[in-house]
Parts: sequence; structure tokens; C-alpha cells
Amino acid sequence: MNLHRHPMIYRGLRSPLVVSIALVGAYLAGTPSLGNGLETTPSLRKPGSSDTAPSPQGFIQRWMLLEPIPATGLTDKVVRETVGKEHFPNQLTVLPQAGDKVKVGDTELSWHAVETKDYNVNLFHFARALQKPTSNILTWGVTVVNCPQEMSDVRLAIGSNAASIWWLNGEELVGIYGDRQTVIDDGVSRRVTLKKGANVLRCAVINGGGATDFCARFLGEDGKPVLGYTVSVPSVPK
Amino acid sequence: MKSRLLGALLLALAPAAFALDGQVQIHDPSTLVRDGGRYYTYGTGGTTLVSDDGWTWRRGTTPARSGMAPDAIRVGDRYFVYVARNVGAQPRADINLITSRSLDPESPDYKWEEGGVVASSDGVEDCNAIDPGAFLDPNDGKLWLVYGSYFGFIRLVEMDPATGKRRNAEVPPVNLAVNCEAPIVIFRDGWYYLIATHGSCCRGADSGYNLRMGRSKQITGPYLDHEGIDMIQGGGKLFLGSGGRFVGPGHFGLIEDGTGVEKFSLHYEADLVRGGASVLDIRPLLWKDGWPVAGENFREGTYRIESLRTGTALELVVEGTPVGGRRARPGGGPGFGGPPGGPRPGSTNAARPRPPGGTGGLFAGTGVPIPPQEAAQVSTNWPSGEIPTRMANYLCQAQQKWTVTAVTNAGGYLGSPYFKITIAGTDRALTATADRELTTAPTFTGEPAQLWRLDQLTDGSWRLMPKAVPGVSQPMAISAIGSSFATLSQSTASDEKQHWRFEAP
Repeated sequence: MNLHRHPMIYRGLRSPLVVSIALVGAYLAGTPSLGNGLETTPSLRKPGSSDTAPSPQGFIQRWMLLEPIPATGLTDKVVRETVGKEHFPNQLTVLPQAGDKVKVGDTELSWHAVETKDYNVNLFHFARALQKPTSNILTWGVTVVNCPQEMSDVRLAIGSNAASIWWLNGEELVGIYGDRQTVIDDGVSRRVTLKKGANVLRCAVINGGGATDFCARFLGEDGKPVLGYTVSVPSVPK
Repeated sequence: MKSRLLGALLLALAPAAFALDGQVQIHDPSTLVRDGGRYYTYGTGGTTLVSDDGWTWRRGTTPARSGMAPDAIRVGDRYFVYVARNVGAQPRADINLITSRSLDPESPDYKWEEGGVVASSDGVEDCNAIDPGAFLDPNDGKLWLVYGSYFGFIRLVEMDPATGKRRNAEVPPVNLAVNCEAPIVIFRDGWYYLIATHGSCCRGADSGYNLRMGRSKQITGPYLDHEGIDMIQGGGKLFLGSGGRFVGPGHFGLIEDGTGVEKFSLHYEADLVRGGASVLDIRPLLWKDGWPVAGENFREGTYRIESLRTGTALELVVEGTPVGGRRARPGGGPGFGGPPGGPRPGSTNAARPRPPGGTGGLFAGTGVPIPPQEAAQVSTNWPSGEIPTRMANYLCQAQQKWTVTAVTNAGGYLGSPYFKITIAGTDRALTATADRELTTAPTFTGEPAQLWRLDQLTDGSWRLMPKAVPGVSQPMAISAIGSSFATLSQSTASDEKQHWRFEAP
């Protein structure tokens, strides 16, 4: 845990005693407290401190999410223009930690570490718990896939409500567009290689109205879910 | 008169049925057998046809014994060819066996050996011992021969798979059917099927030949048709009759290519396009409700290509334009994907508010017919170079319509030539890539990665295989993975991801 970047600790702590209590509390918790209502959602919870495996069906359940950015339009062209615009510095390379803040226009937005109890990450729950808009929004997500060895000929398989674009280690792999619902393996990438060690998976999901969520997993050549790796978010560094 | 002209025009516009290429004249062809990558079939009067790919045929070498309506089968390392002859006035006949380790006259193993008479009719009994059909039972390895032609019964005798000769000659033949000839047995899912040719032969376009069948749980029968009528009492469910340019199908022979695709060989008494000549053909064999069904080789045309598994259609990765132009939905709001608070200024709907309680607005349409979307209308927005493919819900848009055209002088496969698959109205061609994915090239070049083999599978769907994938040796087929992506995977006919429908666009 990078204490210097921990928002609850770094911000406004005055005395050594308070610092000590905060440090111990944070250590015992393992990860920063969400402290913002996310834990009350039906589907999201605070990630544990250790790396986690994907679900038995291969779904990646641990993510770092940025609070939603206003965005409209779901056609291929508009989505690409929206995502292609720089909303905050290094948006395609940043490895944020929980509590990190970025400024988008005049609005300061925070990153949150979440873990879904389901196959999908419910962005409606996420935004509503933060008392943020749920419609006409762009949500950025990042996670880290840790592979014990190189895994070749795998495919990223995603579904999203609604449009989304996905990058693996900085390379765009999948884009699905239009006003659509989350369907498992809706968009599937070409064959890629997961390198040994950390692989950064990033997504940008744009919702029009109503429910919004996404799911992601890797598939092998046989079409079955790839397991055998772990997932972490940057706030819980390896 | 007008209706006649219209009918003739429609007939001319209908997708053409393909017939095999090259020298395909033959009567009573045997089941196709393969040796050294070549296909062979033997017909009445010593006619031999050979093909390197199953599409283009040429005359071959007549085997050591010729006669009437041979059948051929490979058992172990030998080929058995059974060939009949009249030995007096009909129905006095016998069936002789010849064997060879090779069918290729250039091979050192090409040496026909006589195996003698394996079945006969004495001219008095109720049988005419011609038109043999061999069957190797996959359940127990037993070899059987059925034979007969109109005079009396179709009969079954057991053969020795080691020699091809009659086994247990003291056991009388089993009578299976009447009123037919050229019988053969196939097996699937616990049922034996007796497929035989009914009707009259040898009259050109006036031949009533048609293929009929019955099935039984025992090789020895009884073979009942779909109405429960025993073939020995004249029953027989129609498998294939005349149609289109072809009159008088007969002499069924099963072809299993080892990849899960089933086809069958036959001859037509008359191919009208070839002046009524008797010709060889090869067609897909389908199965429905426990009965074989004659499929058709692929017909050229413009189609949507839809995954049987996902229901989504193959398309270019371009932003589609709704047919008739984009019309924003008024109001936006949840589920509409539009901006909150109503239509955007300047949008179509800003000028076309929905009348309260009326029938206009969103659901009124334009009031005039909307023509089909052509590529020329929308392709100016498409990239000029390679465009990859994906799959999406079919919306009748230009990037979703594919024209499938036979490619001349590019060879073929069992029953068909290779095809090119292009976006309708363009030369943009579906292409296999070296990394085993799909793309479209701006033009068709004729390279093997742009030549497609379209095989109809036993469920009636289609498998699409590139002739070659650069750097890949195993056969590959287009495979729908997820809902929105198609890739190339090792060909497995039973894999539903590789099953596709070609539907009218």
C-alpha cells in the first residue's frame, strides 16, 4: 500500500498519534476504506488485500473505476471521438490508486477500487452509490492481470451496456458500439498474448440511459475461459 | 404471354445449380473411392472417371473387368470392385469381384486380381443379380452386398471383409425390397437405411428414375418407409427426384470425407444443360428427423451470412447507416441512448414532434417506400484499405450483404468450385489472414486466402473454409466466437460455432 498516496491518510492528518492510528487502521483493513457508500451496493464490495483469481467462469471481478464523466452518443464514430478526447492526463497509461483524483474540465473525479460479487461490474450501482449521474456517462476502468507465465492465443471477451472500447497493455483490442445490453462474450478480440507478469487491462464504457455494466474475461483457443492468473488493482501493489 | 415471359425471366435469374466440371458423362457410377488424394468412380461399360479435387473430372483407365453398374469400396488396404454382367437372357446374371491395392494405374500396386462370382441369378428365380452395392458395417466390421434390379427381389448377402468374397455361401440371400434397383445400405444412429432407385432408366429426359428409401434396426430388414410400408411390398420414402436441369437421379453412393461432412454421388439420367447426357453429380447429404435428405451445392447469389449459434451476421467493421438514413428518436431518456431532455437542436425530431395521441411521429415512417441500401450509397465513408470483419444484428445494411460467386479456373472440392465472397456491389473480398483471422481486401486477387469452400453440413447449415491460410497447414473454418466476432479455427464440422446460414439479404 502506498501510504503517501492514500487519500484518507495523506489528507489533513495532523498529529503523530492520529497518523499512527490511521496507519494501523489502514493496515488492518488491508485496503483503503471506500467510505463513500459503495459498500452498500448490492453487487460491489471492497477488494481484499491479496490478489484474487478470476471467477470460475473466468470473469475479472476486481477493478479500479473512475467516477463517471458526462458523455453522449453511442454510434461508432461518436464513441471513438468521445474516448479519443483527452479527459485527463495519461488516460490510456495511468495506473491509478484508490483515491487518486483527476480533473476533468472543472470537475474533480476520484478513482475507486471495487470488486463485484457477480460476473459483471454494475456501473449503475457504482454511480448511484456515489450520487453521480447514471445516464449519458463515460466510465473508465483499469485492472491488472498477473500471469505466472506467458499465455498465448488467448482472446479478450467482453460485454457492456452500452458501448465500450478495451485496451490490453496499451493496445486497443475490442470496441463494441451502439445502444446495447451486456451479453457475455459479446465482443471478442483477435488472438493475443498475455505476457508473464503484470498486464494492464483498461476499458472505457459509455452509457446512454438506464442500466450500465460490463463484464470481461479471457478465452482460450477452445473457447473456454482462461484461468490460472490473478487479478489486482494498483492500490494493492504486488 | 406476359406471365410466360416473366416465368422465363425468373427462371433465368434464379441462382444457377452447379454441375461438376470436366468430363462427367457416366451411367450407373459406383460409390466414389479415394486413393492417393484422387477420387475414382466406375460406371457401366467400363467408364472410369478420375478427379484430383472432386470438382473437375476426366476420363480414367478402365479396370481389368468392366460390365454393368459397378460398386467400389475400400476395406483395409484393398479396393473391392463388384461388377455385374448378364450371362444370358435377363434375369440371368452374376456379380464378379476384382481387387487391387491401388486405383492409380501409375502405382506399382495397381494390379487387379479376379475374385470370382460372388452372387448370381439363374434366370428363373425372382432376382436379377446386377447393380451391387457394398456396405461395411461400422458396428461390427461385417461386409455386406445388396444387389438386384426389378426382376423380383433386392437381396442381401454377407461378404468376407478379408477377401471381398462371399461368406457363408450356404446361407440363402435375404430378400429386402422389390420394384427397384441399384440398392445400397448406409448406417446412422442405430438405423440401417436401404436406398434404392425406383422408376425407369435409360430414356434420357423421359427417365423416371428417383431415389427412395426405408430403414431398419437390423441389416437384414425389414426396411420400412416413413409410412411404415415395407420396401419388400413396394414401400419407399422419396429421397430425391428430378428437378431443375437434372432428370432421373439414381445410383446413390455415400461419401464421408472424414471431417464430419457427408455427401453422396449419383448420376442423372439427363442433364438438360448438357443436352440430356447422363452425368455424375455430388451433393451434400443432410439428416432430418432420422432420415437422410438430399442437400444442394451452393448457389451463387447475394446473402446475409448469419451464425447459427449467435444469430448475428458477418459485417465489415464500419459504422452502419440505417436504411433510409438516420432518424434520431425523440425524447432520449432511459434506454434511448439520446441526450436527456428531448431532441437535440437541429435534429430530425426537433422539426418533427410526435403528435399527442396521433399515429405520426416516431412510428409513421417516411410515407414512401425505402429502397434497399446499396454499397455505393454508403461506402464513401468506408476506409479504402483492408477492413476487418465482425458480427452484429442484421439491419439490412450494405456492409452486411455478401455476394458469393464461383471462381472459374480456380479448382474446387467435392461437388463445387471455389467461391469468392465479396461485399455486394463491390470487389471487396473476404480474406483469411496469416494470424488466422478474417479481413476484407479492397479487391479480389484470386489468392488462395480469398477462395472459399462452402460445404453444406448434415444439419443444413454451411461451413466456410478458406482454400488456404498463409502459414497454416491444418484446415480452418470460420468460427463465430462470442456474439460479435468471427475468426478462423481448426475445422470441426460438429462445432456449432462453425455452422452458418446463408439467407436472402
